[in-house]
Amino acid sequence: MKASVDSIETFGLVDGPGIRTVIFLDGCSLRCKYCHNPETWAMNEVNYDTEELVQKILRNKPYFKRNNGGVTFSGGEPLLQINFLLDICARLKKEGIHIALDTAGVGIGKYKEILELIDLVILDIKYADKEGYKELTGRDIEESEKFIEEVNKSGKPVWIRQVIVPGMMDNDLYLDKLVEYLKKIKNIEKIEFLPFHHLGFEKYKKLNIPNPLENTPEMDANKCEELYQKFMKKYEKSRK
Amino acid sequence: MKEEWKGFKDGAWTKEINVSDFIKSNYKKYEGDESFLEGTTEKTDRVWGRCSDLLKEELKKHVLDIDVVHMSGINAFEAGYINEDDDVIVGLQTDAPLKRIVNPYGGIRMVYQELEAYNYKLDPTVDKYFNEFRKTHNQGVFDAYTDEIKRARHAGLLTGLPDAYGRGRIIGDYRRVALYGIDYLVEEKKRDLANLLGPMTNDLIQLREDVSMQIRALDDIKKMALSYGFDISKPASNAKEAVQWTYFGYLAAVKENNGAAMSLGRVDAFFDIYFERDLELGVITEKEIQEIIDQFVIKLRLVRHLRTPEYDELFSGDPTWVTASIGGVTNEGESMVTKTSYRILHTLTNLDTAPEPNMTVLWAEKLPEPFKKYCAKMSIETDAIQYENDDVMRPIYGDDYAIACCVSAMREGKDMQFFGARCNLAKALLYAINGGVDEVKNELIVEGFSKITDEILDYDKVKEAYFKMIEKVAEVYSNAMNIIHYMHDKYAYEAGQMALHDTNVNRLMAYGVAGLSVATDSLSAIKYAKVKPIRNEEGIAIDFEIEGDFPKYGNDDDRVDSIAKEILEKMYKELSRHECYRGAHPTLSVLTITSNVVYGSKTGATPDGRNKGVAFAPGANPMHGRDASGAIASLNSVAKLNYADCCRDGISNTFSIVPSSLGHSKEEQIDNLVTLLDGYFVQGAHHLNVNVLQRETLIDAMNNPDKYPLLTIRVSGYAVRFNRLTRKQQEEVIARTFHEKM
Repeated sequence: MKASVDSIETFGLVDGPGIRTVIFLDGCSLRCKYCHNPETWAMNEVNYDTEELVQKILRNKPYFKRNNGGVTFSGGEPLLQINFLLDICARLKKEGIHIALDTAGVGIGKYKEILELIDLVILDIKYADKEGYKELTGRDIEESEKFIEEVNKSGKPVWIRQVIVPGMMDNDLYLDKLVEYLKKIKNIEKIEFLPFHHLGFEKYKKLNIPNPLENTPEMDANKCEELYQKFMKKYEKSRK
Repeated sequence: MKEEWKGFKDGAWTKEINVSDFIKSNYKKYEGDESFLEGTTEKTDRVWGRCSDLLKEELKKHVLDIDVVHMSGINAFEAGYINEDDDVIVGLQTDAPLKRIVNPYGGIRMVYQELEAYNYKLDPTVDKYFNEFRKTHNQGVFDAYTDEIKRARHAGLLTGLPDAYGRGRIIGDYRRVALYGIDYLVEEKKRDLANLLGPMTNDLIQLREDVSMQIRALDDIKKMALSYGFDISKPASNAKEAVQWTYFGYLAAVKENNGAAMSLGRVDAFFDIYFERDLELGVITEKEIQEIIDQFVIKLRLVRHLRTPEYDELFSGDPTWVTASIGGVTNEGESMVTKTSYRILHTLTNLDTAPEPNMTVLWAEKLPEPFKKYCAKMSIETDAIQYENDDVMRPIYGDDYAIACCVSAMREGKDMQFFGARCNLAKALLYAINGGVDEVKNELIVEGFSKITDEILDYDKVKEAYFKMIEKVAEVYSNAMNIIHYMHDKYAYEAGQMALHDTNVNRLMAYGVAGLSVATDSLSAIKYAKVKPIRNEEGIAIDFEIEGDFPKYGNDDDRVDSIAKEILEKMYKELSRHECYRGAHPTLSVLTITSNVVYGSKTGATPDGRNKGVAFAPGANPMHGRDASGAIASLNSVAKLNYADCCRDGISNTFSIVPSSLGHSKEEQIDNLVTLLDGYFVQGAHHLNVNVLQRETLIDAMNNPDKYPLLTIRVSGYAVRFNRLTRKQQEEVIARTFHEKM
């Protein structure tokens, strides 16, 4: 099987546990306003076959041994190249590699099959309600909910990620919504808030794509941390 | 058993000079964490406080003071102190802290340049002596140099050769002074001398003269120590004496020589045995032990040599490479980490971070987990540690080797090396294309080659010419080295250091290369893309047009990484063909220190798209920004270079990472760094410098040096205070690939 790979980061330390090789797969049907990887939206020519990529990943095996290091498929939306993903994950599973899937859950089906092969879901919550989701991503929330349903059935552990954009998510109202929304998801092991930043802005310029958040300031990391602590209190309370 | 050895386990070491056996028979490994460590004492605070003031003053003036009356020598200076009442470990190079020594034996012209740079004048008697009566190393070398060597040197094909300064990179086994006392060492040397008999050939005559000089040097060390009130004729009888005696051995070396690198060796397990004995006897506390180590390290931090501004440009930041080798495991696989391994690293906390001593952890898979984590933590906090792979060095050098300078392993007291700086691999490639004509100077440097005149460079043709050029370069380089070290032995012999070696020492001829990644990527470009030379009127390629993409070294891509390996193997094979002075064994390093900037500035545009004058990547590092697949791929490429069969003098790699990319929490960062080191070294990689810092911090430090007086970073093989680098070098460090991911 062949895949369209945007890039490979061999020293991923923030996309799952331990040291990870992160494969950024091309293609995404969402158009999140805060996206910092717009170069991965389009599907490009296929440039890797399964075995080639497996060999590349196996080269890094010495770095995986502690803390469940391994491979993370990210993107774009990795679920769009689902047949390739199934193929390579089956192969990696045989090699005993820990596999994480960094996804918004907006693919084209076969969710059950892929969830059987992976060890961790890193789920990007775009926005915790229907209207906001559509407004932010340009698509309906339903597809991601289908995925969440399958994740719940699979029993696989989940790490939640929420990007915090000033003026959008940095308020109590939103935190409450998020607490409520996360009740739908089982097996949450970890929740992370990622402060919105401008590091992807250059890419918009380069690709000549309008940047919808051009005038939005970066999210202050300390404020984001405060917000997170506040959220976690609410969240823990809701779990009791 | 001597009285001073009471409580130690007997072994071969009591019957012969064998420090290694003493350590292995007596050391106690430590597998706990750092929680036992103590802070500084008031005495140490006062001593370090005074040093801090002096260091600030020195930074302003660049050189605090110079003794222009006394010349270098083991016992040539009056005793000197920092704070006489508070100095727990005593001894300075001259009679005052940071006052530098004039060493004319390497070259008197150098001395003039050095003194002129700081507005000093040499004492007239000395001046006359070295001008009229005494020849120096530098003069000897130039009497013997061939035109071919002079051309190669002048064009920067060979650079940094120790033909006008001390070669350094010799580690005396300073521990011998403490374990045996001077008198026994003299006895042994006298016995060796008596046995050096037979037909009086050059070799034997030279060795007899050497040993006689060594005996006198030992006597000088004893006298020097006596000027501080210590009789070191007998072995050290307690821990404080053991450190002090060892330091006298080292101090003699830096009074006598101004070698480029004057490394300390491996003292952690050795000292620890004495500390453990005193602890057991109840005569010392942890606080007192740390005080001894702190004050010992303060002394090492004050070592200085007088350098010319040109030298500073090459090796920036006043480095002395007081390399301290720490940790490692025994041949039997037992950890050699002791509490003293921690205590030495702990000085980075107690006395602030600093570049010297050059903290070098001998990393092995079997090091205890808490120690690995402690090292990683200290790296994250101080950027002052380098790591070298004990698991690849031990099979070659055993379990009592130490690192000289940055990456050069040698067995303590058994090996010495002839330092050889390096040749410029990228320039050699341009010479292959340009028929031996230098692309910057437009002069014929290497004879016997014709220009390649193709419009598009053909890989096979260029490679053939390049490999022929390497054969020629190896010949010139080898000749230069033999001359240099012949003359160095003759005019600037390190009698004090060699007295602390076995008489029948094993010699290594340490060749080096610079510009590996540039040469590699250039060949890759020629092979996988279309490279068209732009030639000047004389037909010299002064620039290159590249059409298409090509694999670049640093992405774990065998297509190009194999080229790097091939270049090194060819170079080493060719160097090995030539006979070395005094039967030395050739070794090779891939190391530039900070000279990658100067090498780059002397080299024209290269076929990989690098512009004229742009700095090379340091050591074996991939070229800045070309390692686009993240740190692991970059490390994997470097890990492919062969240490054991090719580059036994070391393969240097410097790695900078932004803290947030290393993990969210400090615990995660520590874990990930340990994993990274384990993963890198398990593949047989040799060396890694680790910097964990923000690029923004460096930019801010470049523009506001006063805000960051202590900022220390690792550059190829040593640590340096950032504010002591030249602007150009600071810019180069900032331009380096920082591994960060959005």
